[in-house]
Amino acid sequence: MPELLLDVQGLETTFKTSEGTVHAVNGVSFGLKEGETLGVVGESGCGKSVTMLSVLGLIASPPGKLNAGKAFFSGQDLISMKKEEIRQVRGAQIGMIFQDPMTSLNPVLTIGRQLEEPLMLHIGMTKQQASERAAELLSMVGIPNAKDRLKDYPHQYSGGMRQRVMIAMALSCTPQILIADEPTTALDVTIQAQIMDLVKRLRDELGMAIIWITHDLGVVAGIAQRVLVMYGGYIIEEASVKDLFANPSHPYTVGLLGSLPRVDEKERGKLYSIEGSPPVLYQKPNYCPFAPRCRWVMERCWKENPVLEPVSPEHRIACWVDIKTGRPR
Amino acid sequence: MNSNNETLLRVDDLVMHFPIYRGVIQRQVGAVRAVDGISFDIKRGETLGLVGESGCGKSTTGRTILQLYKPTSGQVHFEDVDLVHLKGEAMRQMRRKMQMIFQDPYASLNPRMTVEQIVGEPLMVHNVATGKEIQERVAHLLEIVNLNPAFKDRYPHEFSGGQRQRIGVARALALQPSFIICDEPISALDVSIQAQIVNLLEELQEQFNLTYLFIAHDLSMVRHISRRVAVMYLGVIVELADRDNLYRQPLHPYTQALLSAVPIPDPVADAKRKRTILEGDVPSPANPPSGCRFRTRCPIAEARCAESRPEFREVQPGHFVACFFAERFIQ
Repeated sequence: MPELLLDVQGLETTFKTSEGTVHAVNGVSFGLKEGETLGVVGESGCGKSVTMLSVLGLIASPPGKLNAGKAFFSGQDLISMKKEEIRQVRGAQIGMIFQDPMTSLNPVLTIGRQLEEPLMLHIGMTKQQASERAAELLSMVGIPNAKDRLKDYPHQYSGGMRQRVMIAMALSCTPQILIADEPTTALDVTIQAQIMDLVKRLRDELGMAIIWITHDLGVVAGIAQRVLVMYGGYIIEEASVKDLFANPSHPYTVGLLGSLPRVDEKERGKLYSIEGSPPVLYQKPNYCPFAPRCRWVMERCWKENPVLEPVSPEHRIACWVDIKTGRPR
Repeated sequence: MNSNNETLLRVDDLVMHFPIYRGVIQRQVGAVRAVDGISFDIKRGETLGLVGESGCGKSTTGRTILQLYKPTSGQVHFEDVDLVHLKGEAMRQMRRKMQMIFQDPYASLNPRMTVEQIVGEPLMVHNVATGKEIQERVAHLLEIVNLNPAFKDRYPHEFSGGQRQRIGVARALALQPSFIICDEPISALDVSIQAQIVNLLEELQEQFNLTYLFIAHDLSMVRHISRRVAVMYLGVIVELADRDNLYRQPLHPYTQALLSAVPIPDPVADAKRKRTILEGDVPSPANPPSGCRFRTRCPIAEARCAESRPEFREVQPGHFVACFFAERFIQ
């Protein structure tokens, strides 16, 4: 087995709210190989963002609390690191981009200033060096007249360009991992295509590993090599991208794919719809969290929460049912 | 669908400019050309999809049709009545027949009103029912949209996003309209909930012979729900055709690029696709390019595209395109 770049084991995160303790991530384990692009899909509240924020030590506590888990990155456990130590990793060896480029950029600082800061902080460049590197980075992400545009403020950039700046910033210290949390969700489709194209080009040039979080199965199909599907704070299916779309095996994944119309497809008739809505878990369930919405549900699903188990060597699901036969696996 | 060929809504050369004021004396220095001369019609019982990216004017089009904005020029005929010049009580009567479903089910419901008050309000405002009758009608409406009528005394925050959108649909149906503008009704919802709402809208259309203008940026969902589709770019319609024609054989370079940019949930099909990635961003509608609006990003633009605006013409029966070179793409 090749060495894992990032090895997450048994992550559990909860949030205290006025209604009770919400169990957002309930024992999530996964690995990321060098140079690999891992897609993480799921609907709002499934725990996909919280998982990554937990790994990076970005969960505000309180109300959040990391109850268990380890995350090994080059032999070190990120979760047991001190605040100062993990700050050295974040932004340097692990870069991040978020959904909304406007709120992730400081509106009163120039783009140049914001790009130079991590370079001076993490790599120890001088102001002069950082400024040159910042211009290089901006042109690398496809912004024309990079040198002049360093003096601009975020509001002078369009949404797509701001996301390019975020990417430039995340890549400024040539990280080994780029974590992208819904980076194209706020953008129009033609701009989304530009950004995905850019990230794929940079991935091939720089050879970094990517964790791409999204709710859009179409985006995952276009960028990821391996995919985790999350539901109710659990990974419920894990497979290579080809296998996931060719042989979706968890009822939730099957339902999601069935509910998506496609631009390249003629009449589908009525869309398959999953009844009900995603759960908010106030208790760690001792049943399958998808059971209330599952059309293959059996007695066992209400009694035991299934764990991830292989259906084929590289394909795992957390489900008691074989949906091809409708019988227990 | 039991539609006939009767035209329910006709839009002729509709223009909606929002003035820009500057300086101490607030002089008008320009205008945002949100909608800049569009024409189309909608037949009774059909769904017309209106797609485009943010800022292209698709929502403004919907609002201007309902006269929520006073159009700068142009005409809107609903059941052969000219809405632009309609006033007072006559307009109020027409409004009953035209309703709207909004994008954000969190912002479009008053948080201080119960479900019964929200859904019953149109009935009260238009004096079609009172007292006990309102309660009965509301209970019936909630059943129609698959909500438990026992929830009538709850407030919006007690519902999930999908349930709230059902409340919005019930409110739109209260006055038994014949025409509903759905303005991005599913964009704020989770993927698994989107199909629920789309299926509901389709069932209601069949049940009540409703006519929809379905505004959205999700081209896959628009393909699913619409019979005909119009594509907008920077305030103008660049292409309008039957659904299958438009998706199989897009004749405008913008439609082609837009379709090729939509991700397909299938890695094998996705890898085989030919991609046109557009350069740059959409220009500002306050200062649109001369001639063809799309020429600054168009891969096939020529000199004449800057000189005159291409006419919105019928290239094939029922297939309208605003491009000088549309014929090149006919297969």
